Amino acid sequence: MSIERFLNQALSSWMSAEGPESDIVLSSRVRLARNISNYRFPTLFSSEEAKEIIDKVYNSVKNKVFPGIGELELLIMDDLQPLQKRVLVEKHLISPNLVDHATHGAVLLSENEEISIMINEEDHFRIQCLYPGLQISEALKTANAIDDVIEEYLDYAFDEKIGYLTSCPTNVGTGLRASVMMHLPGLVLTQQINGIIPAINRLGLVVRGIYGEGSEALGNIFQVSNQITLGKSEEDIVTELQSVVNQLIAQERGARENLAKTSSIQLEDRVFRSYGILSNCRIIESKEAASCLSDVRLGIDMGYIKNISRNILNELMIITQPGFLQQYAGGPLRPNERDVRRATLIRERLKMEN
Amino acid sequence: MLCQECNERPATVHLTKIINGEKTILHLCDKCAHEKGEVFMMHGGAGFSINNLLAGLLNMESAFHTAQNTPFYQQSEPHCENCSMTYQQFVKIGHFGCPHCYEAFKDHLKPLLRRLHSGSLVHSGKIPKRMGGSIHIRKSIEELKLVLKEAVSKEEFEKAAEIRDQIKYLESQLDGYFQEGGN
Ligand SMILES: [Zn+2]
Ligand SMILES: [Zn+2]
Repeated sequence: MSIERFLNQALSSWMSAEGPESDIVLSSRVRLARNISNYRFPTLFSSEEAKEIIDKVYNSVKNKVFPGIGELELLIMDDLQPLQKRVLVEKHLISPNLVDHATHGAVLLSENEEISIMINEEDHFRIQCLYPGLQISEALKTANAIDDVIEEYLDYAFDEKIGYLTSCPTNVGTGLRASVMMHLPGLVLTQQINGIIPAINRLGLVVRGIYGEGSEALGNIFQVSNQITLGKSEEDIVTELQSVVNQLIAQERGARENLAKTSSIQLEDRVFRSYGILSNCRIIESKEAASCLSDVRLGIDMGYIKNISRNILNELMIITQPGFLQQYAGGPLRPNERDVRRATLIRERLKMEN
Repeated sequence: MLCQECNERPATVHLTKIINGEKTILHLCDKCAHEKGEVFMMHGGAGFSINNLLAGLLNMESAFHTAQNTPFYQQSEPHCENCSMTYQQFVKIGHFGCPHCYEAFKDHLKPLLRRLHSGSLVHSGKIPKRMGGSIHIRKSIEELKLVLKEAVSKEEFEKAAEIRDQIKYLESQLDGYFQEGGN
């Protein structure tokens, strides 16, 4: 498959488009967890119940054209190849849980992949809206609009006092999880991030790396999200998250300015070395790729590198994951073969820029 | 590494403790870990997940209940009439069986929800549109009362009178709901 065609198929709008504060905020996501009354949760439901839930959710949005979104297409997990499912996970359109643990899982997807409705994962369904850049309120607005449409047809499990009832008590109330993906190389290079994370945790928000395992954040990409779902309105949750994100943006910008002032040549050197590695490597592991991509992206944002589009970080972080690499290769790859493929894909993608 | 508690035996258990969102990691030996009766959860190699956190909280909750709240003679376990999940099962898996479980385990859930959501136990977000107008009306009345208070404190009496009329109107609607037997 040619790289152009592969990219055409691979990229969702949130990866390739630019949004507000795109130099630091990669994407904004809002997820609403909803359940239908008189059905058991996926924890205990029967196959019949599960199938009825898919039908009910599908019928509530079928043949509807959402303004700016279009129609939603239903994908049944059992009908997909393992690789196809993996790619959906790598694109953040479904959770690993839906693939690994759900029975009768399904997803409704909009054409530009900004909207996905996961069915029968932990809850009966979860409406997700994923936008490029900092657009949490916009994402909430869209998710709410879809929620309103579905609610016209389905009776929700809702309690006047504790709100939307969810399978897990961590989501009860609004069922809202709002999260923002941020590129914070300045705060990492200046080692400020270690002090910032606990401070944000104290505010009831969670910061974590989204690539890599444990505490490491590959590519200096962090996700900030709300933890509390009960006792606050959706708007308050989003506003609080937004204000913390705004502070982080200011701090990241400050760190970058400092770096430019105090260690400009070192930074430039680092950026161009990483660019050299990415444009010339023949074998590269995901960890090294992520770190070089982060450097190059910082180099673009700070004006050292010109004529390369910013979204290569976002794009290449996604499409150099194992599922995508194997899809690009057209079949299964052993880990060392993946590293070769990853190098090829990155080199070809960078060539497209020149 | 030696156990932080006794400084004698090697630390074999690594526990993450969370209080008000603050995380500390404790390295303990088996013996001391067992003796600690606080909110603990196992700290695996891959860091902590919300489910581990939850399981930790729930286990503490259940220990708490067995020790203090459940009278000796009352051995029958709380369970949900609708899906027959028991409270013990819920503690084990961290997920409810059906929406009715919330009502069934209501008394046990309060401390847990309070801890998970930093204190508040009352939903103040979106309400499904078809979910009976009465909830919406009551919420509007509450909101208007706040506005009224503000108007009065700013001595905007004309505005206050308007708001009071609106509240009266909504309250009359609310009466209508109950007379018609709506929810
Ligand atoms: Zn000890
Ligand atoms: Zn139940």
